[in-house]
Amino acid sequence: MTDFTPLHSALGGALIGLAAVLLMAALGRVAGMTGILSGAIFERGRGWRLAFLLGAVAAPALMRAAGVEIAFDSPVPQPWLVVGGLLVGIGVSYGGGCTSGHGVCGNARLSPRSLVATGCFMAAAFATVFVIRHLIGGF
Amino acid sequence: MPILAALLSGLVFGAGIALAGMINPAKVLNFFDLAGAWDPSLAFVMAGALLVTFIGYRLALRRPRPALAPAFQLPARRDLDRGLVGGSILFGIGWGIAGFCPGGAIPALGLGQPDAVIFVAAMLAGIALARILRG
Repeated sequence: MTDFTPLHSALGGALIGLAAVLLMAALGRVAGMTGILSGAIFERGRGWRLAFLLGAVAAPALMRAAGVEIAFDSPVPQPWLVVGGLLVGIGVSYGGGCTSGHGVCGNARLSPRSLVATGCFMAAAFATVFVIRHLIGGF
Repeated sequence: MPILAALLSGLVFGAGIALAGMINPAKVLNFFDLAGAWDPSLAFVMAGALLVTFIGYRLALRRPRPALAPAFQLPARRDLDRGLVGGSILFGIGWGIAGFCPGGAIPALGLGQPDAVIFVAAMLAGIALARILRG
């Protein structure tokens, strides 16, 4: 069980949106984790991408150091994390984005590609969890 | 200045992911578990993020150019293709297996969680593999 946290989740979501607006207003860039991550590895102009990634990693560490409790529980066996990670990496590359790029930034621009991508990955995730938890009785 | 702005945006993003609970795979998986331990919190994350971005983008994009760069770089494609659909379905399956998406997993590295490291390593391998396959 995890607690229902509508207020924290809505505020957290608003911060994710604020980060996206800030990056667009300042640098004219989409705050999509897939694009920033692969761009940081494979493209020129790494500086701003590495700075964004550093900030994204540092924030939870700083919050925890400041005494904020951050719940974390990974119920998935590690071999399945590898399977999931590979599928996510391949999928977001072909799909051209993930929850942040398509789900937040693209949908906010009413991009048809992002609306379709979001429908596909949300539906697939709901179906996958149903199959794992209720049909094969896994984690 | 551009580097500082990107760092600040990353910090706000990571704080949002942590506060929202998107950093927690158990919470993400429970959101997808409609028939079981359903936790609807992540719908509130999406609503909060979309509301702010929808309004904020309209204000930001009204200006002729970004404050610290020569031009806005927005994806121009509007066509739907098999890569978009198939890739997004694969991503959703992986997300449903692991409970991590890219934007949740990267901040989770900051919590020093070995499971986040394993997931991110596999995800980077997947990104590299897709790059090789696509040529």
